[in-house]
Amino acid sequence: MTFGQLPYDFAHLLGGAMVLLSFVLLYQRRVSAVINAFATQGALLAVAAAWQGFVQGAPQLYLTALIAFTAKAVLIPLALRTLVRRFDLHRTVETALGIGPSLIAGVALVALAILVVLPVTVAARVIVREDLALALSVVLLGMLMMITRRNAILQVVGLMSLENGLILAAVGVAGMPLVVELSTAALVLVVFVIAGVFVFQIRERFASVDIAFLETHRGERR
Amino acid sequence: MPLPWIIVFLPWLGALALAAIPAERLAARVNIAIAAASFLLSLLLFGYPHGEQGWTRVDALNIPFVVLSAFVGLTTAVFSAGQIAAEGFDTPRLRAYHLAFQGFLGAQALALLSDNLGVMWVAIEIATLASVLMVAAHRTPAAIEAAWKFFILCGVGIALALFGTIVLYLAAQPVAGVGDPGLSWAALRAVAAQCDEGLLNLAFVFLLVGYGTKAGLVPLHSWLPDAEAEGPITISAVLSGLLLNAALMAVLRAKAIVAAHPGTVAPGPFLIALGLASVLLAGLALWRRADARRFFAWSSIAHMGVAAFAFGFGGAVAALAGLLHMAGHSVVKSAIFFGVGLAARLKGSQRLADIGGLVATHPALGWGLAVAVVAVAGMPPFVMFTSEVLLLQETAARAWWLALPLGAGLFLTVAAKIATLQQMCLGDPTPDAPQPPDRMASLTALVPLWLHLGLALLLGLLMPAMVSALLAEAARMLQ
Repeated sequence: MTFGQLPYDFAHLLGGAMVLLSFVLLYQRRVSAVINAFATQGALLAVAAAWQGFVQGAPQLYLTALIAFTAKAVLIPLALRTLVRRFDLHRTVETALGIGPSLIAGVALVALAILVVLPVTVAARVIVREDLALALSVVLLGMLMMITRRNAILQVVGLMSLENGLILAAVGVAGMPLVVELSTAALVLVVFVIAGVFVFQIRERFASVDIAFLETHRGERR
Repeated sequence: MPLPWIIVFLPWLGALALAAIPAERLAARVNIAIAAASFLLSLLLFGYPHGEQGWTRVDALNIPFVVLSAFVGLTTAVFSAGQIAAEGFDTPRLRAYHLAFQGFLGAQALALLSDNLGVMWVAIEIATLASVLMVAAHRTPAAIEAAWKFFILCGVGIALALFGTIVLYLAAQPVAGVGDPGLSWAALRAVAAQCDEGLLNLAFVFLLVGYGTKAGLVPLHSWLPDAEAEGPITISAVLSGLLLNAALMAVLRAKAIVAAHPGTVAPGPFLIALGLASVLLAGLALWRRADARRFFAWSSIAHMGVAAFAFGFGGAVAALAGLLHMAGHSVVKSAIFFGVGLAARLKGSQRLADIGGLVATHPALGWGLAVAVVAVAGMPPFVMFTSEVLLLQETAARAWWLALPLGAGLFLTVAAKIATLQQMCLGDPTPDAPQPPDRMASLTALVPLWLHLGLALLLGLLMPAMVSALLAEAARMLQ
């Protein structure tokens, strides 16, 4: 399977679109736009998983796709929007690093991912190599987002975007066992935390624009 | 159902039962009963045949640690029964607390017992989730902040570990075949020599950084002091004593796979570097701590550093020292948190400056805490003295230039602990809080404290032959 064949091209298109959306997540200035971009990335992940399930003839990947779509494209974005509205959070994105520098850093990270993955996977099948490079790009961009955003909700979005990259990697590797279990487990942690915010109304944590505000509660002032 | 799964599912079923019990005293007693049953069951592992069985495996490496975890789980449950009233939980939080406690113990056992690296990852993820819940239980701004830091840092950490696991499978797939064998530790170890070394290197970097975050190795440690200082005191005992071990064990399993390929970058120096950084930074940071629980959290970072150094240094003797150190640290550090918890309640504050002269006013606690700090500082005749001397001897004999920074770091930590010991236990007594804890709360802290010290003494002076044989075999596996 190589360039010019449908399974390969379409898988790449989806992976590439996910990387693109990671960049969108990096440059958006409004929280609602970030949530929309994240929902789109989740939907793309679902399509990518379903496509891999079709190409590899692995029906359990359809389940992964279904879970990814329900949770990441529909339910979690909905919950986040409710959270923003109910707690009346700030609607603009506070960045620790400017948009321009973060985009440059993002490009550098994608280059790094490609430089790291492509040479070491010479022996692997072509489709896996480039999928892995794309997935690692999404992972690194998610980390970059978590580092450069000071708003707690956006950090969670960064973490979930990072997990999208992981699941993209996991579905791309043919025959990987436990993909469904692993992707569900990765989701559970985030879901519990968001649920915890709802149930216990941890408003203080999320209402502040700047997480630096709470750094003073270190309990170790002398 | 095979024994390993019973050991995992008993606490999990118990967790569900506890979530249904609203009464505080009853829940605490049921919690103890479940922990006691788990401990008795784990003892059966000593007679269980070694080898892998489905997704689990029982071997010399995990038996001592599963039994130890169950033991610490039991003593912590006893301790928790005495302290729970003082935490001031309402009913939902009480249920959540017990649910998280037993859920954590089950996940901890699964993390140690799993042969499948994917299952191990899920177990560590569940343990993380349970501990985040427990750390946030007080809902003070500081507790939320600590839980948030814990969630974000460990969330990224385990995400990276999952990426490493996927890459490891990718490396093994051409040789081990499609499906479960590609994630089985035993199968991976057997075929590692034929795998692609580039992929193995890549996998190891991600697994080291991912699980290393959970093991609290510098520079990935910053969640640990906050998490241990802000949650209910019982969580500190199980976080330090158990979770760090499970995470370090995951790193060791990854290292054993990668090291089985002759062409990979040697994993040892990475562990040595992280270990030395942990010991040295903790050696300095310990001097600046004002909070008793943060102080001992930093001491955990130092001890994990020593263990990581030992495993990175390699060889049967150093690996044995590392395993002894991990076991000793579990036993002694949970004892310390029992003592610190009671002292903090007596004095109404967990600041080091507010805890003083315990020996004069509360001799049983004061002496217990003093002896525990002596043990955690690695003084004879306790088990951590054995491991540290073993490691320093071995390092000095094979690479003296590494023994110098290790020795310096250890010296700094020991000196800081002795200074704290003098202040907390021997210095001028500080005034007690207006409402001292009742007899029950004191007893449930003091009995586990002295029991742990007795165990540390036993392991240091006359280790049972069965345990030492297991540890020696485990050290050979890690070599």
